[in-house]
Formats: sequence, structure tokens, C-alpha cells
Amino acid sequence: MDRKKYEDEKKIYFDALSGCGCQDIEYTTVSGEEVKELYTPDDIEGFDYNEELGFPGQYPYTRGVYPNMYRGRFWTQRQFAGFGTPKDTNGRYHYLLDHGQTGLSVAFDLPTIMGYDSDHKRSEGEVGRCGVAIDSLKDMEILFDGIDPGTITTSMTINAPASIMLAFYLCVGERKGTAFEKMGGTIQNDILKEYIAQKSWIFPPEESMRIITDILAFCSNHVPKWNTISISGYHIREAGSTAIQELAFTLADGFAYVEAGIAVGLDVDKFAPRLSFFFNSHLDFFEEIVKYRAARRIWAKRMKEKYGAKDPKSLLLRFHTQTAGCTLTAQQPENNIVRTAFQGMSAVLGGTQSLHTNSMDETLALPSEKAVRIALRTQQIIAHETGVINTIDPLAGSYFIEAKTTEMEEAAEEYFRRIDKLGGVVKAIDRGFFQREIQKSAYEYQKAVEAGRKVIVGVNRFGLENEEIDITLLSIDEEVEKHQKKAVQEVRETRDNDKVSRELECLRAAAEGTGNLIPVIIDCARCYCTEGEIIDTLKGVFGEYKEPLFI
Amino acid sequence: MARKVRVLIAKPGLDGHDRGAKVVANALKDAGMEIIYTGLHQTPEMIAESAVQEDVDVVGLSILSGAHMTMFPRVMELMKEKGAEHIVVFGGGIIPPEDMDKLKEIGVARIFGPGTNTGDIVTFLRERFPEE
Amino acid sequence: MTARPGIDRLLELFAEGKVAAAARLITILENGGEDAERILDSVFHRTGDAYRIGFTGPPGAGKSSLLNRLTGRFREKDHRIGIIAVDPTSPFTGGAFLGDRIRMQAHSADPEVFVRSLASRGSLGGISNCTDEVIDLMDAFGKDLVLIETVGVGQSELEIAEKAHTVVVVLVPESGDGIQAMKAGLMEIGDIFVMNKADHEEAESAAREIQDTLRLKDIPEGEWEPMVVLTSAREDTGIVELVEAIEEHRRHLEVGGHFASMRKKILRSRVRNALMDRMERRLRQSVRVRDFLEQRMESVYKGEISPYRVVRELEGLVSIQ
Repeated sequence: MDRKKYEDEKKIYFDALSGCGCQDIEYTTVSGEEVKELYTPDDIEGFDYNEELGFPGQYPYTRGVYPNMYRGRFWTQRQFAGFGTPKDTNGRYHYLLDHGQTGLSVAFDLPTIMGYDSDHKRSEGEVGRCGVAIDSLKDMEILFDGIDPGTITTSMTINAPASIMLAFYLCVGERKGTAFEKMGGTIQNDILKEYIAQKSWIFPPEESMRIITDILAFCSNHVPKWNTISISGYHIREAGSTAIQELAFTLADGFAYVEAGIAVGLDVDKFAPRLSFFFNSHLDFFEEIVKYRAARRIWAKRMKEKYGAKDPKSLLLRFHTQTAGCTLTAQQPENNIVRTAFQGMSAVLGGTQSLHTNSMDETLALPSEKAVRIALRTQQIIAHETGVINTIDPLAGSYFIEAKTTEMEEAAEEYFRRIDKLGGVVKAIDRGFFQREIQKSAYEYQKAVEAGRKVIVGVNRFGLENEEIDITLLSIDEEVEKHQKKAVQEVRETRDNDKVSRELECLRAAAEGTGNLIPVIIDCARCYCTEGEIIDTLKGVFGEYKEPLFI
Repeated sequence: MARKVRVLIAKPGLDGHDRGAKVVANALKDAGMEIIYTGLHQTPEMIAESAVQEDVDVVGLSILSGAHMTMFPRVMELMKEKGAEHIVVFGGGIIPPEDMDKLKEIGVARIFGPGTNTGDIVTFLRERFPEE
Repeated sequence: MTARPGIDRLLELFAEGKVAAAARLITILENGGEDAERILDSVFHRTGDAYRIGFTGPPGAGKSSLLNRLTGRFREKDHRIGIIAVDPTSPFTGGAFLGDRIRMQAHSADPEVFVRSLASRGSLGGISNCTDEVIDLMDAFGKDLVLIETVGVGQSELEIAEKAHTVVVVLVPESGDGIQAMKAGLMEIGDIFVMNKADHEEAESAAREIQDTLRLKDIPEGEWEPMVVLTSAREDTGIVELVEAIEEHRRHLEVGGHFASMRKKILRSRVRNALMDRMERRLRQSVRVRDFLEQRMESVYKGEISPYRVVRELEGLVSIQ
């Protein structure tokens, strides 16, 4: 390049620019990060392609985890679904599979997530509302009726009781003749982000971490194709964090799991390849793409340099993405289709391995069938019509994208230092570090919206007077709760209750000891112990976590 | 000393989405009100008893789990039993329009959906409870 | 909306043990004025039985969690408990965030545990101006133990020593807490020192440090020697020991006849405070005083007379016989 010419032209340009007017808009990302009017070669001075990018499928994997990316195969179109009884949801799964979906993703109801059976007092009014109610292996059998766990992969959004839902699922496969080794899928199982953001905890952190390392050990030996933790930034973002916080806190959680695994004597290369990630795709198109690229680079570097991983698979940050639920508006809900399309597109340009696109009506109720179909079609349009899949990592080399990727990496590193100073993730949770940081960001964003510095179409600008909501909503029949209560009581009446007591006693003893809990939980599952019974037994030994207050 | 508006903000039910509840609590505090925050996973019994003991003027419930048609009526019923039917109840969260109408019928003063400006909540409370 | 009952009706309901009425009366006490005095006049003869325990210490020491655990133990002994939790009012907005209930969940459905959150409001620091009155009301309502948790900032939590029979200072082994405590004068007021978060690696050495400092104090024969207790509210350890320490202090007060003298001391300080409040209010409201001051201040500004002389002149004007 002719350096002199470059400097001359640059000067002319910036003189001209300062002579032009500028709209009175705050030019920041949705996270409040400054963005310049123009990025130039100056912004990536000293940029080393080999160090910072590498080729796709090569260290540090900034450009993607596989050499062929979407030319090999598209991302998995995985719509999160679950509501009502296991039978209701089973119907929805067949519908989605018939419409071309390629993997299943189970949404559980809150009693299941919190470890209560459907007939527990605390479950009142909640059964089957936010997802499907699963009380025992019986329900899991109904949920996968006519579906072969040997041929599809299933993702389960479950954390505190993840071990139990995994056990139920493995038993379903077992009964259909699929060996544990052949079964593939994911449990979210990311308890740290529960204390940080999502707040569906049951046991205290230390005990929860023990269950998680038991799962890591068990799966690496017996269910090698299972993704054992889906380390989730999604909920951290939904709770109001910025993109940088989502990235930094999620990766910090990931490293904490790696350290926990190493601490109990597991070989990092034996369990790290089965760790995967789950990110949010928010409104700011480029900021999100930058986030995914920075995430891959940080993970690969740290896994190699700090944790000594040798297997290249341990270095790969594979991730699922969901478009941001918190960006959907109740006003003019059809606009959400457009938001979701852009968010889905940025996840694809960021190299996601699987994607859930939200339905337009989710701020009003659980999604209706039509809304779910449009959301799925949105992914299919991105994949088949827009052409963005033709080349791999098309944005690489952009001055803007590369400068921002490095900036985001540095900001995350700064957070890691702060977390280390507090004594690590669990200690930082204890002190409310993450919780406070997120709360502060959430309140700042709310104030920016209310002051009109951030525009939300249809909410603080371009609203409609007397808007009528014109979409059909899905409502959950109150019969669901009655039905599910009866079903779990029937299970308790018809099983071998002596065996149940014996197995639960074994579980209690195992929890008091140091052995691996998972085989014992599988034994409990096989004889139809309910989720609530298993959780209560563990609570008796482990105690319960109480909500701390950080304001 | 002037009368202060006392507000109880609670999250009934099992979901842990407290972003909205906390943002509202902060905004009301910044507007000069006294906020009693009871946190997550509250049963209707806990909420009603707290509201009564704290003699609040108003209770704000945040529900995103879909259990609103169970939680609101139960809290109101219990407060009535305890002789505190004068306490105003409002809510926020993911609540379908037809349920909003039903909740208004049983006496819920207002439901604020997603996208609500916190200023609107402050105005609503100020109009109901002018500080002397 | 139904009409709310007047004070007479509230007092009747209060006598019948209705929580809603008691809670409403507390609000009226908080708002002050003639109604508040009327309530106190009418319930005062029923006070004097409750044992008052004050808890103070730096923010984040885990006072609420500790109270939650203690309440559990006290309930096992059939005590009827009132809890007053004070949090600061923002000096900028006048708002307050009262979050102590969140840690007292275990008892939120127990009708024998009455928790009331107070904002410090006009008071300068850790305690609300109406704390005494609220304690009275809980006492008259039949609570035989009243636990008062104050914001552990500034100097004003020392006021707790004037209100409580037993003062528990709650500390944590985090850096410099002990030093802070000494600076704030907490070492002078504590009857019992709790080193909370006993699972912390430095808890024991921090407790020893406190113990050593206390030994330096010159305690006259027969006086109470402050105790140090290690607890963990989270692990529920040391709580029984803390209950025992509190009971021991109580016995010490009763046996030594200190209990009665303490009650007198508390009441004297209340009369003094009430008198000061009343005098201050009357001075502020007096037109004569205001006019006089306005006129004489000119001379103070010019340096002709000292501020003290103005006060002496004023004394002559409003002299109390």
C-alpha cells in the first residue's frame, strides 16, 4: 500500500467528515459500547492473521470450529418446545419433526425445574405452564412415544435436576433398545448461571458442583456422545447483562467447570470435548457476531495454554444460540418476526452450531403452532434463500469486526482478572459480584430506553394508538394440572414401593458418601421413583440454597 | 413526618425471572417510595402475611410463569381474610389480554405488560397515593 | 375499597390480637404527630415485659440471616417474637429499599413472628426515630422478645445501646472488620460479639483478636464480661451457643438487679429524647423565636456579638420554670 497516499486521503476524508452534519443519535451498541463512524487499517494495526484468526477449523478457531462449516451441514434447527402434559408435547414434537426440524429441545415446566412433583403444594398453578411436566420415567416414556432416541439428538433445558432428567432419558433409550453409548443429546446442567442470573437453584453451590462432576465422570465413561454441560450466557443476557458481561461471565463459568473437573482428577481431554455453550443473540447485529468470534478465540487459547488441553476437540467452542426473548415486544407483536430474523442471521454469521428462533407471541403467552412455524421458516429462509451460507465467516478481515473482536476479548480478560481477584466464580457469586453487575446494566438500559436514548420500535417510538392484538394465543387448559396430579399418584400406586424405598435409601447413602451419584439415580429412575422423591432425598443430605439479596 | 408510600414487591411462584421486579423496585425507590422486597419463590401465604405485617399501601406482583390466574386471586383472598382488603394490588409480567380482563374483574388495579415505562408505574402509584 | 378503621377501632382490634391492626398502628407511629402519641398513651401500661435484643455491625455481616436462625431457636422455646429491621433511607430521593425479609423467609408464615421493616427516614444513621415506639407496640402486642436489627453504618448505631437489654455486635472475618469495630466504638457497646461466617479460614483468629481487645478493657468486679461467639448463619452452627450467651447475659441482668435499673435508664433516655424533640419542634415553630433570631443574626454576622450570647438572650426569652 502506498502509505503516503493513504495518509493524505485519510486526512481529506476526516476533514470532509467533520464538515458534514451528524444526526443527533447516540452511536453506541445496545450494550452501550462506543462505535466510531469509520474503521480503517489503523484500527487493526499489527493484526496477525495466524495468531488472531487462523483458518476455519484451525487454532484459535476464530473463523469457525469446522473447516467446512455450513457447507458440510447447516446448523441444527432446534426449536425449544414443551407445554402441558407429556402427551401434548409429544404431539408438538411430531409436528416439528414432520416440518423438517432436525433435533428436539425439551422445555420443562417450573415444578420440574425446581424439583417438585406435580401434586406438590408449591406446584399449584404452575403445572405444564412454561413447559412440559415430567414427574417420573413414565412421563418421559410418553414424551418420546414414537420417537427414537437412537436417531435424533435431544437437548434438555434442565439444571438443578439435570442428573434426574438425564437418567429418565437414558432409561427411555434403554427400553427402546438403544445403548447408552449410542445416545446423543445435551443437558443444560449449568448451575453456576442459576446462582448468577436464572435463579432456578435447589442445592448450595458446592453440592451442586459435586453432582456436575459426577455427571462429567459418568458420561465420559458411559455416554460419550452426550453434551454434559451447555454453559449458558443466554439467561445472563436475559437478566439484563451487556454483551461483554454475557461473554465474560459465561466463559468464566466454563473455566470453573473445567477446573472442577480437573480438581476431582478427571483428564481434561476426556470431558472438555463434551462441553458446549449456549449464547443469546440480541439486537445489535455486529456486536453479537463479534461476541461469538471472540468467544471461540478466548476458549481455545485458555484451554490450550492454561488448562493444557491436547485434544483439538477440547479447544472447540461449539454453541447453540437462541434469539433474545427480552427484545420481543408485546406491542405490534408481528414486528418480532423481523427482529428474530436479524438475530438469527447474526448467529449464523457468527458460526453457531444450532439455533432456536423465538416466536412472535412469546411476550403474550406460550407460542402458538403458527407462530412456531414462522419462527422455524425464518431459519429455513436464512439457510436456503439469503445466500449467507455460501462462504465461511464472510465478515473476517473487516476492520470494524476484527477491531471489535479484539476489543471484546480484552474486555472479557479484564473481567476474568476481577473474578480471579475475588477468589473465583463461586466466591464471586457469594459476594454478589455478577448479580450486582447485571442488575446495574439492566437498570441502566431501562433508563436509556425511558429517556429515549435507545429506541424500541412500537414501544417508545412508532407506537399505535388503541392497538388490538390480532394473533391467536395458546392457552393451557386447567385440566392439565388435574391430569398430571392423577398420573403421578397412579405411578406411586402401581410401582414396587419396597424397591423404591430401597433405592432411595441407597441414594441417601451415596449422597452422604463420595461415590458417583449417577448410577444410583439411574437405578431410582428405573423403578419409577419420582423426581420429587429423588430431590427430597438429596435435599436431606445437601440442604437447600437460599436467595441472597444484592441490591 | 409526611406519610410515605410503602410498596411490597414480590415474586410469587417458581420462576426466577426477577429482572423486572428489581428494575421496578429500584425505580420506585428512586421515586422516593419505601420498597419492601421479599424476593423469589413466594407462596401466596407468605406474600399476604408480609403485606399485612408491613402495612403496605400496595402490593406489586411480578409473574412470568403463567400461574397468574392462581396467584393473584389467592393473594387477594388471603389479604381479605387477614383484614387487609384495602391494600391495592398491581402486577406485571407475561399475561395474555383476556386474563388481564379477568384479573381486573377480581380487583387487580393494573397490570403492566412488557415494555412498560417505569415512569407510568410511578405515576399510577402517585395518583393513588398522593403524599401528604 | 372499604373505609379504614379509626384509631379507637384499631386499638380494639389490636387488643384482640389482630396483626393487621398492629401493623397499621405502627405506620401511624412512624408518621408521628398527635395520633402517634394517642396510641402510646393508650398502650404504654401494657409494656415493660419484652426482652429487647439489639443487633448491629457492618453491612454484609449477615445480621438478617443470623436473626433468621436465632428466631428458629427462640421459637423452639415458645417465645413470641417481634423483629424490627431498619434500613437506610436515601438522603437524595427519600426512598428506601427494605430487603431484610428476604432472609427471614423461614418464618414468614408463622403468626407468632412479627417482622416489621423500617426505613431510617429523618434519622441521621442506623436507626429509625420511632424505633422505641415500635418496640413498645410489639411489647404491648404480647411479643416477649423483640429483636432489633440496625444498619451498621456511621456512629448512630450506638443508640441501640439505649434501647436494648442485650447488644449483639455482629462481625465477619473479612479484612479490617475488627479495626472498624473499634473505631466505631462498637467495642464499648457490645455485650456479645459474634464472629459470623465461622467457616471462613480467618474466623478463629479474628475472634481471638476481638477477645484480646476485650481483655484490655477494665471491667469492674461483678460487671458483665463481654463474650465472643463463633457462628455460621449459613451452616447453622454456633446458634445454640449464641442463644445461651444471650440467656446468660439476661440472667446476669436479672440476678444483679440490673434489669430494673436498665429499664429506668431506658425510660429516662426516652423522656429526654422526647423532651428534646418537643422542645426543638416548639422552638422551630415559634414565631417569636424566629423573629428574634432573624433580628439578632445581623449582629452576629457583623461580628458584634457571639453566637453564644444570642443563645443566652434567647434563653431569657423562652425560659422554662
